[in-house]
Amino acid sequence: MVAFKTTSAKVFKLKDNKSTLPYLLLLPGLLWLVLFFIVPIFSLGQMSTKVAGADTGEFVQGYRFANYIDAFSASKEQFFRSFLYGILATLIALAIAYPLAYAIAFKSGKWKNVLLVLVVAPFFVSFLLRTIAWKQILGEEGPVVGVLRGLHLISPQTSITSSAFAVVTGLAYNFLPFMTLPLYASLERIDPRTLEAAGDLYANGITTFRKITLPLSMPGVVAGTLLTFIPAAGDYINATILGSPTSKMLGNVIEARFFKIVDYPTAAALSFTLMAAILILVTFYIRRAGTEELV
Amino acid sequence: MKSISKWLSNNLIRIYAFFAFTYLFIPVAYTFVFSFNDSRKTNLIWRGFTLDKWKNPCGAPDVCSALGNSFIIGLTATAISTVLGTLIAYALGRYEFKGRSSTNLLIFLPMATPEIVLGASLLTMFVNVGFNTSMITAIIAHVMFCISFVVVTVKARVASLDPKLEQAAMDLYANEWQTFRRVTLPLLAPGIAAAALLAFSLSFDDFIITNFTAGTVNTFPRFVYVSAGRGIPAQANVIGSAMFFLALIIVISSQIISARRKVKI
Amino acid sequence: MAVDASTSARGDLILKNLTKSFGEFNAVDDLSLVIPKGSFFALLGPSGCGKTTTLRMVAGLEEPTSGSIFVGETDITEMKPYRRPVNTVFQNYALFPHLTIFENIAFGLRRRGITDAEVKTAVDKVLTLIELPELAGRKPNQLSGGQQQRIAVARAIVNRPALLLLDEPLGALDLKLRRQMQIELKWIQTEIGITFVHVTHDQEEAMTMADTIAVMNKGKIEQMGTPEELYDSPKTSFVANFLGQSNLIPGKVSGSDGDNLVVDLFGTKVSVPKSRNSATGDSVLVGVRPEKFRIALEGKATHGNVLTGAVVSDVSYIGVSTQYQVEMPWGKEVMVFEQNDDDEEMLRKGAKVVLSWEPIFTFALDGKDSATAGSN
Repeated sequence: MVAFKTTSAKVFKLKDNKSTLPYLLLLPGLLWLVLFFIVPIFSLGQMSTKVAGADTGEFVQGYRFANYIDAFSASKEQFFRSFLYGILATLIALAIAYPLAYAIAFKSGKWKNVLLVLVVAPFFVSFLLRTIAWKQILGEEGPVVGVLRGLHLISPQTSITSSAFAVVTGLAYNFLPFMTLPLYASLERIDPRTLEAAGDLYANGITTFRKITLPLSMPGVVAGTLLTFIPAAGDYINATILGSPTSKMLGNVIEARFFKIVDYPTAAALSFTLMAAILILVTFYIRRAGTEELV
Repeated sequence: MKSISKWLSNNLIRIYAFFAFTYLFIPVAYTFVFSFNDSRKTNLIWRGFTLDKWKNPCGAPDVCSALGNSFIIGLTATAISTVLGTLIAYALGRYEFKGRSSTNLLIFLPMATPEIVLGASLLTMFVNVGFNTSMITAIIAHVMFCISFVVVTVKARVASLDPKLEQAAMDLYANEWQTFRRVTLPLLAPGIAAAALLAFSLSFDDFIITNFTAGTVNTFPRFVYVSAGRGIPAQANVIGSAMFFLALIIVISSQIISARRKVKI
Repeated sequence: MAVDASTSARGDLILKNLTKSFGEFNAVDDLSLVIPKGSFFALLGPSGCGKTTTLRMVAGLEEPTSGSIFVGETDITEMKPYRRPVNTVFQNYALFPHLTIFENIAFGLRRRGITDAEVKTAVDKVLTLIELPELAGRKPNQLSGGQQQRIAVARAIVNRPALLLLDEPLGALDLKLRRQMQIELKWIQTEIGITFVHVTHDQEEAMTMADTIAVMNKGKIEQMGTPEELYDSPKTSFVANFLGQSNLIPGKVSGSDGDNLVVDLFGTKVSVPKSRNSATGDSVLVGVRPEKFRIALEGKATHGNVLTGAVVSDVSYIGVSTQYQVEMPWGKEVMVFEQNDDDEEMLRKGAKVVLSWEPIFTFALDGKDSATAGSN
């Protein structure tokens, strides 16, 4: 019996045979990832330096790295907005999800499994339907605006949708299970006896949380914030449905450059920059954990 | 008074959880309620209760073909990614090999990349090689982003599988394949099933990557997005609600089955 | 972070009519107890008897259904755990995995606003006491089970509580380490003079360490006393069987002889000291511990209480002693432990023997008691 739970349940010794079997097992899947994840990234990089071909209208390789500068200066507003919205949405999701995960981990008794299902269940409805539902609930004809106007909390001109507020809260809402589940997983690992011990050693409720619970839940916080921020920063659906032209995010720009104005090099440059920026952020953030912990 | 404040401090967080769950379910409830709306062209204002849309879920044009495409892509991508991911998870969980950390990194990266980058890069590659986007490219893309999630899910299950069981099987004259088929696979089954379920839901619900890689093939999320401008038909609500209940039933029954199994032993 | 006045309360631990119910079931049933300040007290009993629940109520980790808990003059019944002058050594130690050993031990001191310099002095002192000063910078998962156990004790006693509660702290240790820790804990208690309340199901552990033992069964105290009192003069069959082993033979009081009772055991008369009799009526269970019996071949000279007509039915040689199962004329078996301290040959199965013992070693229980309560 150990004094507390270790992070991985029982580590078994791995087979050390020199056979090629593990490589054979890995090959198909890894090959798929190389072909359809790694190679496309290179394609993206390659495209980002192309220029419009004079005659054909196709894009030809021009090694024009200035594409990046052009793309960034044209869209730097959306770029920063994506990161801002991403961070805000992550913080809001953290604030909402932490107490929820705490309640499920410590205060739910025999209902724990039911509650876990209930956290994930809303996401069985297509996220587009849910986002559009929010648009209609918060929109002009919806009940919320009517009540708020009736109470004179907002003026007849202000609308909740088509605003940055709606986009950010939409983002936070969409990624709540990605925040809640990792938080729950790390809170659940905490031996409740250590919390009792803290109380036994003169720490009141708040101090116990600050000194014991919170530090021990940090792995979950790191995982949850990453799993929320990354997709949030690159999202454009919420901005399209719940936002206005002034709240467009980088994703909107990229989508437009691919499908509306066919400007693949700019779009590729923007995508590449987004990916690089996020990867740099994530690397700093994950410095602590080794790769085994991530997967 | 003292007992009320005591009850409150004990239960404050439970009360909060109740409100949080309510918040989570608001759009779900809205979608469900409006699937009964007697809507005409748009489903924005409540006109009256009707079961018509439920009786005729394919009534709106394109809705069911989009749904069908979602299922085809989803089931195919799930099948392929579950097999590939399980093999990787088993290798990672059972064997020592060089390049372990590179493998882990390769699995992790797609999960850390925004969907728009995944979609854009795939589209770029297809454009470069002159391959037209179609259902095939959509399936390729879906398999790609599902593999990582399958690996993570199954790997956890492999880690908790005592290798002594496989050793016992071989001690009792089973060769590698028989051991895998009769001992390993059945014991991994719940994890593989969970991974498959996860892969399917990710694929079914995907919009961004599909938008970039499916060409003109309509999927359910694309259908909803496109018709959002003029008002999605109530049939979409019907289908969305139906998928919700279906998924709920699957998850709950799998929980009950695994709980029963524990009691039997 | 001022020091709470309540954490400096001192005195005897007094439990008054303490009850803890879960629905219909009373885990702790109207328990009243006084544990004198500075003593080493053991709560002994089988699992489910309520001893851990009692401990947790004293620590403040469970709420009593009714009754009260006092430390000296201070009523701590309603107090939160962090207000009580009580510290606990948990069964699986509950060390904080993310803090160093130093910070684990310092935790309680810091909460009470002790200055950094004083904290360092106190922690260093207690680490020296448990002889592990070199572990201060390590983390709990780098320590062995025995080391973790000692750190858990250190973390509690550094706060100089009025009471130290130990919830089966030695359960996870192997036999040799456990014996060593028993001696160490006893030594620490004598050194620092804090009241120790030790919960255990191991009767040897309780008898080794405690000044006073309370044997608990089904939420109630069966008997309380020193280890010698409980062992030599058990008052119920539960206590007789739970502590060590007993042979309980039904009999009837047939008369009195000075300080002794005369009891008829299936036709044979034996003497039982009146001071060791807990029965109220004539129907009694006569108790003799297996090591008190002397066993000899029929015909040999005997003195004291004597039972004849017995036959050896099983022999187990255990090095230090030999255990005999002996079938008595009335059909039941008794156990006899003979120390192998002479040259006499071991008796064989089927040998006809006579059992004798000194009357002073006999005790008597109420005849209505179950002869098997407390045995396992």
